[in-house]
Amino acid sequence: MSRRARLLRWAIPLAVVPVLVLLAYGFRTDPHDIPSPLVGRPASTFTLTAFDGKPVSLAALRGQVVIVNFWASWCYPACYEEAPSLERAFKAYKDRGVVVVGVNFQDKEEPAKRFLDQFGHTFPNAPDPTGKVSVDYGVYGVPETYFIDRKGRVRYKQVGPVSDELLKREIETLLAESA
Amino acid sequence: MRPGGRRLVVAAGITAALAGLAMLASVVTALAAADSAPAAPVSEEAVHDVAAQLRCVVCQSLSVADSPSETAHQMKDIIRERLAAGETPEQVKAYFVDKYGTWILLSPPRQGFTLLVWVVPFAGLGLGLVLVLLVVRRWSHRPTADAPAPAVDAAMRARIQREMAEREP
Repeated sequence: MSRRARLLRWAIPLAVVPVLVLLAYGFRTDPHDIPSPLVGRPASTFTLTAFDGKPVSLAALRGQVVIVNFWASWCYPACYEEAPSLERAFKAYKDRGVVVVGVNFQDKEEPAKRFLDQFGHTFPNAPDPTGKVSVDYGVYGVPETYFIDRKGRVRYKQVGPVSDELLKREIETLLAESA
Repeated sequence: MRPGGRRLVVAAGITAALAGLAMLASVVTALAAADSAPAAPVSEEAVHDVAAQLRCVVCQSLSVADSPSETAHQMKDIIRERLAAGETPEQVKAYFVDKYGTWILLSPPRQGFTLLVWVVPFAGLGLGLVLVLLVVRRWSHRPTADAPAPAVDAAMRARIQREMAEREP
């Protein structure tokens, strides 16, 4: 066998390697997992009208650790799983300068209010009727939760439900920082 | 009835009629406004042009222009509003990229890592063409038969003539 033929016998199977590497990379990455460019940047301020008629303004909460949670009553089971944790975290930390703000995403008022009653949420909760706040936060599904530090910067984004452990970890991290 | 009283009635009638007309006019204007609201100063085409380049965030592989979802509707409203406020289509796209990253663009940007997506197919095509050309050239230069044709000598010529003569009656 000539040298060239021997080379070809190896070159053809070897050509498959980059294709396999590309496929392995492509199939191992989750197409739903999109990194947020907002982490580390100042959080967009917003003013919404809460379900109880009171205004909810992010700017007014500057200096506190703010957890903005995007949810919907139709988002079952993820939003239902995390709802008690959010209320627990709010109750546990509200005296230490932490506030939870719920933003209702693509929902109807009646089922949304029923959801709030079901979980007895006491933190401010507002619908986002034009979707502008959701786009400002780069929301592409619910639930999504943003952790904002005392200086008003987005520090962490959670896609999917939050747990007691995650809330505690992120809140304690932000509380440990000086204002 | 005193003439003054009649005048009062007529005046009241005219006022009522005018009020009715004014109400009708306001209803008509409101209807017209509601009718033309979506088209206002920004053409639907301009909105569509931007929407077609953006990914619908709640869908799989659908543009904002093609998706019937509520989110896509709201995104179109935001595009319309920003265009109406005097932003260029590039600025509107930049706003969405700012919030969602380049993921939101249906065409990957022609720079950085995603430039590969634009370059590799053409590079592969070029490489393939060069390979095909090389192979074809090698084939066309190769001798047509492996063994050289036997030389025709006198004995061979005699044999051919003899055998052909045998075949032809």
